Amino acid sequence: MAHDAPAVTLHGLMAEFDTPTALVHAAERARLEGYREMDAYSPIPVEELSEALGLRRTRLPRLVFAGGILGGLAGYGLEYWSQAIAYPLNIGGRPYHSWPHFIPVTFETTVLGAALAAFIGMWALNRLPQPYHPVFNVPAFARASVDRFFLCIEATDPKFDRHATWKFLESLHPVGVAEVAP
Amino acid sequence: MAETTYAPPADIDALRSRALIAGAAGLVACGIGFIVDRDHFFRSWLIAYLLFLGIALGSMGLLMIQHLSGGAWGVFRRIFEASSRTLPLLAILFLPIVLGMGTLYSWTHPEHVQADEVLQHKAVYLNTGFFLLRAFIYFAGWILIAWTMTRWSRRQDEGDMSVNLRLQYLSGGGIVFYAFAATFAGIDWVMSINPHWFSTLFGFIFIGGHGLAALSFTIVISAFLVRRAPMEQILKPGHFHDLGKLSLAFVMLWAYFNFSQYMLVYAANLVEEVPYFVARISHGWQFLAIFLVLFQFAVPFLLLLSRDLKRMPHRLVWVSLALLLVRYIDLFMLVSPEFASTGANLHMLEGEHASGFFVHWLDLAAPLAVGGLWLWMFLTQLAQRPLVAFADPYLREALQSSGGH
Repeated sequence: MAHDAPAVTLHGLMAEFDTPTALVHAAERARLEGYREMDAYSPIPVEELSEALGLRRTRLPRLVFAGGILGGLAGYGLEYWSQAIAYPLNIGGRPYHSWPHFIPVTFETTVLGAALAAFIGMWALNRLPQPYHPVFNVPAFARASVDRFFLCIEATDPKFDRHATWKFLESLHPVGVAEVAP
Repeated sequence: MAETTYAPPADIDALRSRALIAGAAGLVACGIGFIVDRDHFFRSWLIAYLLFLGIALGSMGLLMIQHLSGGAWGVFRRIFEASSRTLPLLAILFLPIVLGMGTLYSWTHPEHVQADEVLQHKAVYLNTGFFLLRAFIYFAGWILIAWTMTRWSRRQDEGDMSVNLRLQYLSGGGIVFYAFAATFAGIDWVMSINPHWFSTLFGFIFIGGHGLAALSFTIVISAFLVRRAPMEQILKPGHFHDLGKLSLAFVMLWAYFNFSQYMLVYAANLVEEVPYFVARISHGWQFLAIFLVLFQFAVPFLLLLSRDLKRMPHRLVWVSLALLLVRYIDLFMLVSPEFASTGANLHMLEGEHASGFFVHWLDLAAPLAVGGLWLWMFLTQLAQRPLVAFADPYLREALQSSGGH
């Protein structure tokens, strides 16, 4: 073994599992071991995973809330401007600022603003689109969208050590462990 | 875990006797009210009665939806079941309303109908005999559904899996019956207080209120149970998260129905429909209207958006208790502006009348009486069976996942 020749830098080490339970268990163990910079890949949503990985809460809900408020204000503003300022029409003797009539549009634009914020925010926070990602350098990773579950401990983790981390991943009884080229 | 009996905690009995004492005290107060201020007694009793009827019927509705949808929220089945088994008591508590028909509903008086052409046309539907027959049909149907659901649920506990599918069929038909009966009950018992007014959305408003009240009550009871064995092992934050999300949905539904009704009346501006809202946005009632918009929609909506709040039973329970109180105030708002502060139905008084805002001491006594008795009945029913529907085919899923989402 070439211990003191880190000729190739790595993105990280990746272990492959065949059940979601094994993946959650592995993520929990890795967190207990002190690893923080890691990510998991699964073909199906695994609910316990984000907790096992210790993922921070995202800013997405706040973005969606802000998007909803902006959308609502814009919708009401549009109604108010068009009905009361730009083109006031007398409809059945009602006041120009007939707010009950503005609410359906306000509701729709609130939903639109929130949905757009959720959609765009999700892409932005996940840094998508991402044409290249190192994990695809591992051939076995093709099954990540079919029936295999992966845990990748990244080289940026302060505790990362090529040999110790490899040994640790092996101890989790994976189907296999692979080096992930950057 | 399969070996445990899921027996209810022992201190349910203490709560039960307290509820019974409160109910008895309320009944005594209502008895005094019946003698000294009969008109107000009937109005207050109707409002309090509608709140607890709403919890029972809403629970039965949620129970049937649960049977139809399956899924991981079956951990609350016993609460829904116990709640729906209070319907026989509620049928008895309906009797004061039958006694008070002459006070509550102007169309029961022939001389009044003779002077009013609209009421003569409506007399085919709005007459005492048919009103009583309909009430009998509603209660017979509801009680029959609740009774059959309980019977089959017991058979399921004994291991008879053939009832699983039958429970689903009954739930399908039962939901249709419940929705129709509750719509007509809303028309009969509330809308006909003002016999000239009508709104096609009223049944939905009535049923949406049932759902919100039932969910709030279920959260309150679950928050009580989660601090005691056996439910402390079973109910997880995810389960409260689910109920919290449903509460949020029903808060929005309440706002949606009520606003739709308001906007349609505002847009059409018809002389038959407008008085309902005019009565509620003037003479002091407007403050109650603003209160309801704030506290049955804006504030609980913003609070229930929070994920953390929904996952913490000891915080969520306060939102739910407040929602139950606001449900009562909402029902108060549906009924009371149609009455004068003397307790007489405005539509029975000669000439034009408007009611100023009022609250009567019986508006505290009646919910105490109906609520105390109802809660006693509910807890009695809850204590009779294991707290978990252990034979439910979906239960394993419900216990494993920490919620349905």
